[in-house]
Amino acid sequence: MNNMHTFLRFGDASERAHHIDKRRRSGLVWHALFISATALAVLFLMLLLVSVIDSVFGYAALQNEVEPSQLIPGARSVSDFSRDELESVAEKHLSAGILRRVQYENPLSERSDADLTRLIEQYIVKPRVLRTWGLWDSLVNKDVSLAFVEANEQSYLVFRNWLSPAFLVADQSADPLKAGIRTAFLGSLWIILITFLVAFPIGVGAAIYLEEYALDTRLNRMLQLNIFNLSAVPSIIYGLLGLALFVRALEPLTSGAIFSGVVDNTANGRTILSGGLTLGLLVLPIIIINTQEALKAVPDTLRMSAYGVGATQWQTIWYHVLPASVDRILTGTILALSRALGETAPLVVIGASTFISVDPSNIFSKFTTLPIQIYQWSARPQGAYRNIAAAAIVALLILLLVMNSTAITIRNRLARKKRLAS
Amino acid sequence: MTTSNASKRAIMALSHVDIHYGSFQAVQDISLPMYEHHVTAFIGPSGCGKSTVLRSLNRMNDMIPGSRIQGSVTFDGDELYGPNVDPVLVRRQIGMVFQKPNPFPKSIYENIAWGARINGYRGDFDELVEQSLVQAALWDEVKDKLKQNALRLSGGQQQRLCIARAIAISPQVILMDEPASALDPIATGRIEELILELKERYSIVIVTHNMGQASRVSDYTAFFMVDEHRTGYLQEYAETEQLFLNPKHRKTEEYISGKFG
Repeated sequence: MNNMHTFLRFGDASERAHHIDKRRRSGLVWHALFISATALAVLFLMLLLVSVIDSVFGYAALQNEVEPSQLIPGARSVSDFSRDELESVAEKHLSAGILRRVQYENPLSERSDADLTRLIEQYIVKPRVLRTWGLWDSLVNKDVSLAFVEANEQSYLVFRNWLSPAFLVADQSADPLKAGIRTAFLGSLWIILITFLVAFPIGVGAAIYLEEYALDTRLNRMLQLNIFNLSAVPSIIYGLLGLALFVRALEPLTSGAIFSGVVDNTANGRTILSGGLTLGLLVLPIIIINTQEALKAVPDTLRMSAYGVGATQWQTIWYHVLPASVDRILTGTILALSRALGETAPLVVIGASTFISVDPSNIFSKFTTLPIQIYQWSARPQGAYRNIAAAAIVALLILLLVMNSTAITIRNRLARKKRLAS
Repeated sequence: MTTSNASKRAIMALSHVDIHYGSFQAVQDISLPMYEHHVTAFIGPSGCGKSTVLRSLNRMNDMIPGSRIQGSVTFDGDELYGPNVDPVLVRRQIGMVFQKPNPFPKSIYENIAWGARINGYRGDFDELVEQSLVQAALWDEVKDKLKQNALRLSGGQQQRLCIARAIAISPQVILMDEPASALDPIATGRIEELILELKERYSIVIVTHNMGQASRVSDYTAFFMVDEHRTGYLQEYAETEQLFLNPKHRKTEEYISGKFG
């Protein structure tokens, strides 16, 4: 009887049907909101990619200082020159100083055609960028570009891929047609290497202590809280710390002055070592927290079973806890390094070079990195720098993508090994 | 089950044991012996501290922050919580099987060999693995797949593997914390048979929620109760037959007849 009474309070059949409709409708509204949020996020990412890609390809209006036809009558570009013509033009038109240096490095007659073409274009023809257009304008509004070339005496239009292989291997140059990212790329790799060597062992070690050994005392809880806070400190503040500590206070060490081998050094502590240490500090709390999460995810039953057969704490950690968490630890580390790879502000603060064309050769070298290079190029007013900045952005994105997919691959592979299900 | 007149030596004994977790008192004034080559069962309602007492027998409670123990726990006449006692050595002699089967995520072979290896075993590992698996009544089922990952075994097989793992380091006592509670009835039956075989070589202490299991496998039973402060205490300890057929306390009788718990 009582049961019947309660049942009736839920309303009759039509009321119940109406009620479920209402519940379904509100569910649908939320569902739609979540879909649009996702769509919006995807849209923004697409916009980012499109705007970057748009600048990487497109027409450029160039103007030569010396027309190839003036060198060899009838030739429209240097690539039309025959072998003999290449050699004679180079010999006749290169300035005496450059010719001497070039001959000294490698005699003209022994250089390849491509090499001679490059020399002639670089030192004699000297093309100059008048204007560039994005991919969209190049495809849709080609007449604008053509009209521009019509209006400008002696100029001609080429379709350029700014992210060419030459761009990847060329060193820095004031001329956007010749500039490349090799120096910055190597600088980034060096910095990341130092960052990894500093932050990984310290970070994992600290996490193992905090998670496996440390007692739950007031001091340790405070320590933990501060590590969380440190991971949220703006990166530029790490830059200031790096400047005060590594560049200034530890200059004899970071400039390599106390090591007799390094004599010729003008970096004054603004070296790869300083940069790597600074970024190491920056990612240290992130690696500690990631590793702690990885260790937390190891079930206690695994530790118990090891203790149960008479294992010491270290044997338990080494043989069971670490193998069970290594995938997450490595994934977290790679993601932290990806963050370091994209950092600009702290390196600018510690005084990374903005223009160097010498490859970093050791940890006491001056350096620049990809994000700094991008920042510097995009700050220039001339249009062509925007294109090479975009090309460098794509290169950086690809590098980050490679690192992150490596992280995912490692995680999946180790996780599969751990499960070992069929 | 009437082995009371055989050689009765208490391999372990609790005397006036209190265990605290921080400010919470988990159990109070527990005193009972555990006889060599016999099975002692701990029964009682949830939260009565029987697992806590079990874990104090091989110093597993040391792992829990804030746990404290007072009173005396002896093993072979020696104080288990004495100043010069290394808990690692204690656990080497007093093995443990847990409620949920928890083999290492490694091969069957390695599950058994690892404990022996870290404890400095110098004999033939193949032989040790085979012997341990035979004793745990698992050899015939796994002898052709020793390199296979242990997590691919069934739950019952995993639990017997855990027993084999405990046996492999030749302990004197094996503690079992509800070893069959996560298993189906057939696997449970196997484990029970195994316990009866194992007591020839080892002394066994088992925590169980299952009255039938306690009466089938154990020689002695300790019935724990919980007071109004949620502190556990020992209500009754006797030979299993006596405790089940002729309990002294009304609470015991109510519990074993299923009136609460």
